[in-house]
Amino acid sequence: MQTAILAAADLDQLIQLLIVEGFQVIGPVRDQHAILYDQISSAADLPQGWIDQQEKGSYRLEQSPNQAYFGHTVAANSWKKFLNPPRRRLWRASRENGQLVFQAESNEAPPLAFIGVRSCELHAIRIQDAVYIQGSHPDELYRSNRQRLFNVSVNCTRATATCFCASMNTGPEVSLPSDINLTEVIDAEQHYFLVKAGSPAGERIVAQLPTRAADQTAQQAGREAIGAALQQMQTGPRYFDSSDVKELLYRNLESPSWDDVAERCLSCANCTLACPTCFCSAVEDSTDLTGDHAERWQRWDSCFTNDFSYIHGGTIRESTRSRYRQWMTHKLATWIDQFGHSGCVGCGRCISWCPVGIDITEELLHIRAAEAK
Amino acid sequence: MNTPRVLQVHSRREEIPGTFTLQLRAADDQPLPSFVPGQFNMLYSFGAGEVPISFSGSARETDSYTHTVRALGKNTEALQRLLAADDIGVRGPFGRGWPIPELAGKQVLVIAGGLGLAPLRPLIYHLNDNYQQFAGIQLFYGDRHPQQLLYRQELQQWSANMQVNLSVDQAGPDWHGHIGVITSLLNNAVFPLDNTIALVCGPEIMMRFSIQALRAKDLPGEAIYLSMERNMHCAIGHCGHCQWGPTFVCKDGPVFRYADIEKWLYTREL
Ligand SMILES: Cc1cc2nc3c(=O)[nH]c(=O)nc-3n(C[C@H](O)[C@H](O)[C@H](O)COP(=O)(O)OP(=O)(O)OC[C@H]3O[C@@H](n4cnc5c(N)ncnc54)[C@H](O)[C@@H]3O)c2cc1C
Ligand code: SF4
Ligand code: SF4
Ligand code: FES
Repeated sequence: MQTAILAAADLDQLIQLLIVEGFQVIGPVRDQHAILYDQISSAADLPQGWIDQQEKGSYRLEQSPNQAYFGHTVAANSWKKFLNPPRRRLWRASRENGQLVFQAESNEAPPLAFIGVRSCELHAIRIQDAVYIQGSHPDELYRSNRQRLFNVSVNCTRATATCFCASMNTGPEVSLPSDINLTEVIDAEQHYFLVKAGSPAGERIVAQLPTRAADQTAQQAGREAIGAALQQMQTGPRYFDSSDVKELLYRNLESPSWDDVAERCLSCANCTLACPTCFCSAVEDSTDLTGDHAERWQRWDSCFTNDFSYIHGGTIRESTRSRYRQWMTHKLATWIDQFGHSGCVGCGRCISWCPVGIDITEELLHIRAAEAK
Repeated sequence: MNTPRVLQVHSRREEIPGTFTLQLRAADDQPLPSFVPGQFNMLYSFGAGEVPISFSGSARETDSYTHTVRALGKNTEALQRLLAADDIGVRGPFGRGWPIPELAGKQVLVIAGGLGLAPLRPLIYHLNDNYQQFAGIQLFYGDRHPQQLLYRQELQQWSANMQVNLSVDQAGPDWHGHIGVITSLLNNAVFPLDNTIALVCGPEIMMRFSIQALRAKDLPGEAIYLSMERNMHCAIGHCGHCQWGPTFVCKDGPVFRYADIEKWLYTREL
């Protein structure tokens, strides 16, 4: 499909079309001190004119010099909570006259439309797809949310300091399919979106928008904006060659660096909750007071918790050292053996949201340096 | 696959104090999915939680599932309270079992420690039923006391078609078998290095020592299989709890070939 131009003032029409089509639209919103993904009802809900500054253990919003809608980078939370809710009931059971009856939960949620999905985030969703729906036992709730999802992706035109998608080869330019792809172009004279449909459903929506064809100059402006984000990362401290990381970690399961990071890590699980690819969950069974009704709930879990690896006789990963090692080697190494791709997309959330500022890219450097010694 | 199916306890048998065997049958007329020796089910007793339990019965019994359980905590104790005709929730079969197709024509060493005999029993039934297909069968089974040995009557019956070597850590004067750790039995075992397959199940430390004894005799790592245990919530590769190095014990295991996981078996707190 041809690239078209949508005036920034007409962005709201896209959102309204999606709402009319029956989608619950989710997009970035400004919530006190951070940008979050949440339900939106118009373009006015978007954090226009706000950008984020993220660093190790720090996240700050500031007013941008321009009125871009998507000048910020990844939100504090990720899209995963909409596809796989943090807590959900799996089934209910009852015992009537001694007979056990299970009732599976059905999915009554409306179809979702995500607006503002970044390249690293499309990769993260694809990574979770591999976990939940590509195996022999697909998760029905995730699959139904996912199959009905309408994705509006946005190319990043700015990186914050914690972004390292360029190192993980997942961005900043969107390369995976989405229903509609946007590139925001803004300067003193103009403010518009380059719009490209990526699916028949996307084409149907774009056809209803007041667009005009994008000429070479406009398309070049889009490429340059994305190039600026890339350059920010390439000249930053978190730019590295990730091609040998699996072998590096497999060689260094007993690196002294693990002891070092264990002294700082609080085992608080923030990183796993913020991470868009972390998928672990736990189930909890409960019974009501009559004793005749029981339920099973599934909730997000983290490999940093104490009972995560418990088996009779004790927890297997007792030390923080072993838990951080599990988390990081899973993200960057064992994931590749499990699914054929890395489990890290370089979004930087774990770096910003770590209360003590532990930085996965820096820990990688430490391990490399310790090995070279 | 998230919701259990209702089965009914058909019979219950106390093996030794605290360890019991449940035979489960369908409560409806739907057939039970077939299983491979070494696979497991997730068992749910109403009001408690769900736990992974291996099949311990013959795969030839198509109308029932048999499980041998040791009561160790909340959920296994709830299973312990079940009586004949009670309902039970079952999900499964899950996981990869013992490499049955690889065994034909081989000298098969079955090495069990304690309750590890239960997940091996479906395999032993297969070996016993088809004993002529194998170059030889040797069972090594160790436990703490003679009174703790499982399936004692069957051990006797099996000895007609296989060599049964028992070993206990401690015993009174009426015990005529071996006393000591199972590895000393393995040290004296005789088997052809190029035509033997060893299948090991028991506590992790017992499996490590047994494998070391086999490796010390130069049995190749490709010829050794073991069954692992890890915490499990989903059994279908979604919850992450059973991860062990690059593997998911629930779907890539519980049975692994030693040569494939050697690195992980010796990494502590993995
Ligand atoms: C593949 C597999 C096959 C098994 N086969 C058998 C069998 O045939 N017979 C048998 O008696 N036991 C078997 N077990 C062990 C059995 O699952 C545990 O003894 C049981 O989970 C203990 O639960 P509990 O609530 O009674 O004990 P608790 O000690 O109170 O355990 C609490 C929770 O920790 C987890 N847990 C504790 N121990 C284990 C363990 N060893 N493995 C996995 N999760 C554990 C469970 O989620 C359990 O609900 C098997 C385990 C696995 C992984
Ligand atoms: S590990 Fe960190 S940088 Fe990588 S995807 Fe997860 S949160 Fe983002
Ligand atoms: S690395 Fe940081 S965010 Fe993750 S568990 Fe440790 S202290 Fe928490
Ligand atoms: S038990 Fe959930 S991933 Fe294996």
